[in-house]
Amino acid sequence: MRESLDHWPYILGAYGVGVSALIVLVVLSWLAMKRAEKRRDEVKRR
Amino acid sequence: MLAGGAVVWGLFFAPAEALQGESVRIVFIHVPSAWLGMGGWAGIAIASAMLLIWKHPLAAIAARAIAMPGMVFCAICLATGSIWGRPTWGTWWEWDGRLTSMLVLLFLYAGYIALTQTNARSGGSEKIAAIFGLVGAINIPIINRSVVWWNSLHQPPSITAGKSAMTAEYLIPLLVAVIGFSLLFGAVVLMRMRTLIAEQQIEARLRRRALDDQPVIPSRPLAESV
Repeated sequence: MRESLDHWPYILGAYGVGVSALIVLVVLSWLAMKRAEKRRDEVKRR
Repeated sequence: MLAGGAVVWGLFFAPAEALQGESVRIVFIHVPSAWLGMGGWAGIAIASAMLLIWKHPLAAIAARAIAMPGMVFCAICLATGSIWGRPTWGTWWEWDGRLTSMLVLLFLYAGYIALTQTNARSGGSEKIAAIFGLVGAINIPIINRSVVWWNSLHQPPSITAGKSAMTAEYLIPLLVAVIGFSLLFGAVVLMRMRTLIAEQQIEARLRRRALDDQPVIPSRPLAESV
């Protein structure tokens, strides 16, 4: 007899990979933008 | 919010499907990622064409800004597809047309990012990256038609222009997810465009300042010129 595979670990794994990758992308893009604009303002002021 | 709502909807409220079972929930993150991975390269190709034809100054910045989120969505598509394949197909990976052409797209993104970063550092021509962006676009119709042209484990397109093989209980959350992830993609592209513009302004200002600070060296000694 073949046991049916539990799909939930795969579903949670897929959502974990997808959502965490998107959070990292958004946070890093936001930080890079803020850092670049802050540096530009500093260079302008000097 | 739309992306988050769609994720919650797909994860907790969408019903299990008769053939795929519970793993159908992965579709709500896999399909938008696939579309945006391909859409991202289409955006690069359009921006590249604008750069080559009209030499629009924002075109190169837009193309560079699209590349990273495009690559991330492409990677999410491949990862979630692989995870979905294990319980559904019984394998993590299959070298068929759809999966292989999507993997090629990931490598194209990596190559494009490496090329544009090298160009930005060494002051190389933006045209080379634009040509790369246009040539790479050949892969997009190949990905799209791969399930029709070749025998594939991957199912044929469920949603085509004007009709859908999906019922409303899957189609509606999927469309919400597509809209939500597209807005997220757009927001990331705008953030990256602002970053690139700020970096260019810093570089221009520093270069101008360096030129202004240089002492003026007369071509002949002053005594001679008088």
